[in-house]
Amino acid sequence: MFATREVITWPDERLRRICAPVTAFDDALRAFVADMEGVMRSGPSAVGIAAPQVGCLYRIVIVDASARKGPNHGRLVLINPEIVSWEGSVMGREGCLSVPDMTGNVVRAQDLVIECFDEYGRPQSYEMSNFEARVVQHEMDHLDGLLFLDRVVSRRSDLFPRVKK
Amino acid sequence: MESWYMLTLVGRDRPGIVAEVTQVLYEAGCLLGEASMLRLGGNFTIMLMVGTDGDGTALNRSLQQLADALDLRIHLDPAEGAFHEHPEANICVTISGADRAGIVAQATRCLAGCGFNILNLESTVAGSVERPLYVLHIEGQCPLDAEAIEQRLIQDGLRDLDVSVHPMETMIA
Ligand SMILES: [Zn+2]
Repeated sequence: MFATREVITWPDERLRRICAPVTAFDDALRAFVADMEGVMRSGPSAVGIAAPQVGCLYRIVIVDASARKGPNHGRLVLINPEIVSWEGSVMGREGCLSVPDMTGNVVRAQDLVIECFDEYGRPQSYEMSNFEARVVQHEMDHLDGLLFLDRVVSRRSDLFPRVKK
Repeated sequence: MESWYMLTLVGRDRPGIVAEVTQVLYEAGCLLGEASMLRLGGNFTIMLMVGTDGDGTALNRSLQQLADALDLRIHLDPAEGAFHEHPEANICVTISGADRAGIVAQATRCLAGCGFNILNLESTVAGSVERPLYVLHIEGQCPLDAEAIEQRLIQDGLRDLDVSVHPMETMIA
């Protein structure tokens, strides 16, 4: 698997592709995951990374929300992740390693149930909420060529919502 | 080497203001930087960073012609073009309640005393004509924690209002 040593940044077109599912859960995959995690940990306090951010167009994500308060699963490798169900919506501030020096408010589901495989091909299922769920949704967007920029909402419309009739 | 200007504009809101102003800037060969454009109480307002290699005086002349033609007030002032260094807010403050004089003065004096650097302030008058509701939202950087700031705001004369202060967590991934 090909990986760059540095995170690629928008407008690199590879960030806009739909990534392919992983089919071989082998040593090459695990070596790639280790490389990708190295890139994530070398960045400025990143809590997740997706394979396309290092130029690899496969459905692989690493998240680690353990540095933040609130319940989380620690370091997770999510391969071919799928959202099985979700509930609620919350606004939060996001930035992206691939879009430096920019943050924006994004609405995400509050609670998620996801299914995926780990790096050994074992099926896994996780329930998660709030910050950790936000990280996973941000990363899963990367697998479908979406950036948080596509979802940013105006601060003002969120701050001062009109009553819906 | 381009120099940067801050263009400020106010005028009665109507469709097309942004298109007309930016067309003039485009024809003058300007670059646009960061901007805030907003309708405030029936007015349309623009704060826009404009970069140009050319002559600020000539640019200002074309803008004033446009301002006269469209009944807008436009200013162009030299400004620093400091990009790619956004400070990240770590605290947000929301204050709301029955509108009265002095809310912003009291709140921001208290925040300044806390060493709070305001990065963004937005406020609106909601509610109804009979019962106006003032809502103030401030984001910025502060060395104190949210709870300490909230206590200081309440003690400093904002007891009649709803004050909430929260840490802002930016997720980078
Ligand atoms: Zn990202």
